[in-house]
Amino acid sequence: MSQPASEMSDGVPLIFELGQKGRANRYFEDAKPLETYLPPSVLREELPLPENSELDVVRHYTRLSQRTFGIDVGFYPLGSCTMKYNPRVNDAIAARREFAELHPYTPDELAQGALQVMYELERSLSSLFGMAAFSLNPSAGAHAELAALLIAKKYFKDRGETHRDKVIVPDTAHGTNPASAAMCGFHVISLPSDSRGRVSVEEIRKVLGPDTAVCMMTNPNTLGLFEEQIAQIAAEVHAAGGLMYYDGANANAIMGYTRPGDMGFDLMHLNTHKTFTIPHGGGGAGHGPLGVAAYLVDYLPTPVVVARDGEFALEFDRPKSIGPMRSFWSNFAHAVRALAYLYANGEAGLKRVSQLAVLNANYLRVKVAEFLETPYPETCRHEFVASAQRLKKEHGVRALDLAKALLDRGYMAPTIYFPLIVPESLMIEPTETESKETLDDFAAALHGIVETAKTNPQELFDAPTATVVGRVDETRAARQPDLRWRA
Amino acid sequence: MYAPHTKRDVEQMLAAIGAASLDELLRVPDDVALKEKLEIVPQLPEYLIGRRFEHFGAHNAGVGYRSFLGAGAYRHYAPPAIASLAMRGEFLTAYTPYQAEVSQGYLQAIYEWQTYICLLTGMDIANASVYDGATALAEAAIMALHATGRQKMLVSQAAHPNYRAVLRTYCDGLDVALDELPFTAEGTTDLQAVENAVAGGEYAAVALQSPNFFGNVDTLNAQALGAVREAGTVPIAVVAEALSLAALATPASWGAQIVAGEAQSFGVPVAYGGPYAGFIAATQEHLRRIPGRLVGKTVDSGGRSAYVLTLQAREQHIRRERATSNICTNQAHCALIATIYLALLGESGLRTAAALNLARSRELATAVANVSGVTLKHSAPFFNEFVADVHQPAAAVLAKLRERGILGGVDLGRFYPDLSSCILMTATELTTTADINALAAALKESLHVPAGV
Repeated sequence: MSQPASEMSDGVPLIFELGQKGRANRYFEDAKPLETYLPPSVLREELPLPENSELDVVRHYTRLSQRTFGIDVGFYPLGSCTMKYNPRVNDAIAARREFAELHPYTPDELAQGALQVMYELERSLSSLFGMAAFSLNPSAGAHAELAALLIAKKYFKDRGETHRDKVIVPDTAHGTNPASAAMCGFHVISLPSDSRGRVSVEEIRKVLGPDTAVCMMTNPNTLGLFEEQIAQIAAEVHAAGGLMYYDGANANAIMGYTRPGDMGFDLMHLNTHKTFTIPHGGGGAGHGPLGVAAYLVDYLPTPVVVARDGEFALEFDRPKSIGPMRSFWSNFAHAVRALAYLYANGEAGLKRVSQLAVLNANYLRVKVAEFLETPYPETCRHEFVASAQRLKKEHGVRALDLAKALLDRGYMAPTIYFPLIVPESLMIEPTETESKETLDDFAAALHGIVETAKTNPQELFDAPTATVVGRVDETRAARQPDLRWRA
Repeated sequence: MYAPHTKRDVEQMLAAIGAASLDELLRVPDDVALKEKLEIVPQLPEYLIGRRFEHFGAHNAGVGYRSFLGAGAYRHYAPPAIASLAMRGEFLTAYTPYQAEVSQGYLQAIYEWQTYICLLTGMDIANASVYDGATALAEAAIMALHATGRQKMLVSQAAHPNYRAVLRTYCDGLDVALDELPFTAEGTTDLQAVENAVAGGEYAAVALQSPNFFGNVDTLNAQALGAVREAGTVPIAVVAEALSLAALATPASWGAQIVAGEAQSFGVPVAYGGPYAGFIAATQEHLRRIPGRLVGKTVDSGGRSAYVLTLQAREQHIRRERATSNICTNQAHCALIATIYLALLGESGLRTAAALNLARSRELATAVANVSGVTLKHSAPFFNEFVADVHQPAAAVLAKLRERGILGGVDLGRFYPDLSSCILMTATELTTTADINALAAALKESLHVPAGV
């Protein structure tokens, strides 16, 4: 990502600082003035937007892309984010005119292909994860969590159990879990993990009671460890009258071996932008299908795709539904990509995906354990957590410093300072699409950084230096918020 | 399965781990182990996956029809330069830009997006996007609930029915009462009803959509705004057709404090409903309550200007159950597409696009109103869609139009039982005179045949 010297000092100008008034691209024929059609009272006065030639716009955003790190640029071991290769065939299929230009209000009989895509995806997800049915409505994982908690709330209301207002969340859980619960008025109980990084049956018994609504867990958890007691935990929660919610962020570790349904979960989401290779796009759009057990199907958000006599349809009239969660039916282009990925794998391929994701994580774990603490030294699943706590104590070097030094060496940093229960944590998820050579090189680079921490820590405090900017002043950004350009 | 492992790789890696087999690594307790055969789609080689989806595509016949559908999802021209830039792998395969030093490009693009949304809406601040227009409205409502400490919401019945339905889903979950305002015969919100409703000082916010679901310009007037302000109620503007912002007076100019919008019109395909790009813009006083990501400009260790995700203390990964919202993923890539669209069109391109939408929709309205048996329902100023009353069941008329290869619009009876003889018709810059003539001719034939024959 080398840049001309002038750019190194000034950065790339904003689009608003470029162009000249009157330098318009001609995409349309001439039009009459707006006043021809509308009274002046409803018209805006000025529209102060920059005018740039197409070439200058192309160069501007090409330069911005060159200052952005994606999976296509290099190894991206961001824990809990499953940054695997995004197959190009999926994008090519989603961009086909018959999908991209299909209007959401197209009557069902003229959108049968799209509905079949949604139906096949829904059926496949239900089988793969052991749920009775899925809704493709939620836009992302957190959105599905919210939908699930709304379902739980409505379900308890229908049963006259409105006193159930507690949601149990392990201390290793993703931040969205407690935030989603709080949004719909539940009180969050944080459950401490045991010495092995798991939820214990004894611990959960202490917090279960007549006020228990939902227990939200991910398995494997964010330490990359499988919750072996999950069946007993689910049984305890169910015995207390609560529901089990599965956060599917870590589903890449289990396909073909176990299913949330088999583990006793009643509701779950899948981040297809993780497990099913949908591009993250810099933070979205995501896609968070929501699965439920049979007794909760009627509560799913609307619409639901159904098949009747070989015809597919969107069903809106579902009296017990919590209602729709978004403007239109689904992030459909992502449903197309997800189904294409399922076709590329089939049942055997998905099982292989999980096998190799877990193989890669354990291989890297063993290598990293040679030079960094790994607080839970046992077989992990798709990810593992290392800690820089000893380096911090002995040399003042923190996880943040290791992360920034990795950027200098051409790698994306792992997730740091999460999960919260491991001090100076680095959460590493290599995914199955990386080769042994890449893992070897990454481990060697990280090892080199750890050695530098002992001999020349200042070099790490100064990192990164090979990037277009050095360490960014986040405190100033928050204290003096500058969130937009002004003329 | 896109994994590079050779047999030898697997053996060497298992040996390094000290495991005998892959099954040993992935073993789960017997009581939860998968025991049944799965029923998922079969594995296909890549070229046959393409054919399978060609087959699906061929069954989306609606794509080939002359279409007058809009109602929250609009077909507009998108210059091919957008896709060639936005689909660059660096943008497409990046995650949320947590590591600012290697994400300066994307962060700058989002800062540009926030600026564009502010300039278009007249607001002070805008977030890095939310899921879509409907969830933008729901999140805007939550901002107002927090700002006022009240538990009641007010929304116009002339706002998009899907947006209102999503708002209701959220309000039900938050134990918030949601009341709806009627609209007048003109097809705009009853402003007297607004004044009456807010007078009690109970409502956190009042939301009006402009152009509203019927296509009509629909804003608070000075008197209604005065009543809303006096009541301490937050005025929320909803924008489902973002291109209208290029022509119409800004939401800020009529007093909105929060704008909840949908930017799909800016180069994002209709794609059977998503993904799209919702946005929330607001006046400065709502800064700490705005949900989702925000990009800020700052400096690096050497004093050079730099961009970074900021004010993260509002967010779920820091504050957990005390966050302003549970949003994690947003719609960054759709926001990027919209940003590039706005950069390419610029002021004059955007104004031209807006003017062509006004021109074509008026051409359409005139042609339709000339068909005997059809009248225009409203006379308020509209942007690119309007309501045509066919004075017989709209659903049956639309079915007849489909037989002639035309998607004539949205049957309003689907949302408003009183409007079951009405069709919401949309024309954009992509609508041709030939399309309009074909619709008018087909409408004439359809209406001459008595319903049910």
